[in-house]
Amino acid sequence: MEKAIIDKYELVVGLEIHAQLATKSKAFCDDANSFGEEPNTNISVITLAHPGTLPKSNKVAVEYSIKMGLACGCEINRYNIYDRKNYFYPDLPKGFQITQEKHPICIGGKIDVKTKSGIKSSIRLNRIHMEEDAGKSIHKEGEKDTLIDLNRAGVPLIEIVTEPDLRHSEEAYSCLMEVRRLVRYLGVCDGNMEEGSMRCDANISIRLKGAKDYGVKVEIKNMNSMRNVQKAIDYEKIRQIEMIENNEEIISETRTFDAQTGKTYGMRSKEALNDYRYFPEPDLPPLIISDEWLNNIKADMPQLPKELFQKFTSKYNLPEYDANVLVDSQDIALYFDQICDHSKNYKAASNLVMTSIKSYLNDKGIEMQDFPLAPAKIAEIIALVDSNKVSNTAASGKLFKAMTASPEKSALAVAQELNLIQESGNDFILPLIQEVIEKNPDKVKAYQKGKKGLIGMFMGEVMKLSKGKVDPKKTNKLIQEALEKA
Amino acid sequence: MKIDKSTIEKIAHLSRLYFDENGEEKMLKSMNEIIEWVDKLSEVDTDGVEPLTHMTMEQDIMREDVPHNALTREEGMKNAPDHDDEYFKVPKVLD
Repeated sequence: MEKAIIDKYELVVGLEIHAQLATKSKAFCDDANSFGEEPNTNISVITLAHPGTLPKSNKVAVEYSIKMGLACGCEINRYNIYDRKNYFYPDLPKGFQITQEKHPICIGGKIDVKTKSGIKSSIRLNRIHMEEDAGKSIHKEGEKDTLIDLNRAGVPLIEIVTEPDLRHSEEAYSCLMEVRRLVRYLGVCDGNMEEGSMRCDANISIRLKGAKDYGVKVEIKNMNSMRNVQKAIDYEKIRQIEMIENNEEIISETRTFDAQTGKTYGMRSKEALNDYRYFPEPDLPPLIISDEWLNNIKADMPQLPKELFQKFTSKYNLPEYDANVLVDSQDIALYFDQICDHSKNYKAASNLVMTSIKSYLNDKGIEMQDFPLAPAKIAEIIALVDSNKVSNTAASGKLFKAMTASPEKSALAVAQELNLIQESGNDFILPLIQEVIEKNPDKVKAYQKGKKGLIGMFMGEVMKLSKGKVDPKKTNKLIQEALEKA
Repeated sequence: MKIDKSTIEKIAHLSRLYFDENGEEKMLKSMNEIIEWVDKLSEVDTDGVEPLTHMTMEQDIMREDVPHNALTREEGMKNAPDHDDEYFKVPKVLD
């Protein structure tokens, strides 16, 4: 389609992001909440909806929900009641899902988003509410029945609902990245979209640029990666523009995304026809969040990515680029922060983390918490470079590598073992310079006549004689002085 | 409020129930009787009264997050109309 036509329209997107809470037990009963178990082993009479059974709230699930709300700047709703969302489907044997329709635990708030191409936006949240997950329906080839696994039924979820504030598909991608980073920092969800612990539906419409009213929205489901969310939005935008350009009517419907074809497909309307008949869940008494409880949760909040970014750029004076790379992972950011407790050379610490340490983790395929060296040891390496005892190259290369193999040894001891200590004493350097000068009388003359570039050659020779152990800066100065005098 | 045939059809669909002509008539009569009976309540003036959502004064009833699988798969499946060794079985649900 012509760009001129596409450019007439504005994309309007709102996201509904589900995150499974990483509690040990389910939301309203004590079945284990663990992924990848044998089918139908995390079950109880409550999950199976046997008559006379009653749900009971998981305290930690409520705390996790509040933490996410605090991280997003939401107002925490003190009076919580749950609602029943009625639908008849075998993945929830009760015939309804416990959710929060009228009294979500978190109201308002925002997610700050920065895309790769530099779009900065603040996506307003409508709410974050608590609910329970449904079980899994499995349709096997050649099996006439549908198979049901109820391990997931009743797993606690939060649903993060944004306002229709997104205007670009890449904002959706970045918004999901930010949500994932937040839930991981808070430790409330592992944020794994491929395994379904984080899921996203997108409400998509278009309108002519400058129009006040929103267009008819279409809901897209079944996107199991952040890239797929972006792709589905891109596809849906063009599909809707084509329809409007052809004077076709867009119907408000639920569509599913097929990652194979990259297209969205309408689901038959009768299946989408639902009337959830919400009403208050009488089996769960009201939940009042006290000041004391809320303050305890606040006190337990970790430093958030934006706070660490602020600290790294202002207190440690790091470039924004470094700060962004470091705060991407909480473990790495905190490790870096700990090095800074032992070293004031913050930029050197950042360089070591971003290059030597990150590539070590990549090569070994391990996480930061399995990295063998204590932050203080990294500070020792930096100190050796800062005092000119070890060259930068040797420090981030040979020394770093050897220390990871013997994490209990001091940096100085390892540098001595490897013979990496630079000599900066005149007694050691001057005789070497003298030797080189005596061997190269022609070059000395040429230098004195103005071929100053020859200094590199002298430097190289001295280095060779010293087996790379002289401090380059100091040696350079001494060679210059010696050549002037010779 | 009056229940008509289309309401019955809608509720039947949402509950995945199916009625023949005769059954539908019976449901229509029965549900209207229920509605009429409950409608008596609308005579009460409830202006300015918050809806009562719970019949108890209890609040903040929560459990600690300690997992305990009290039921084995075999026990859980005992009362199911149909199952195999691992899964509950239900008539095909189209997605």
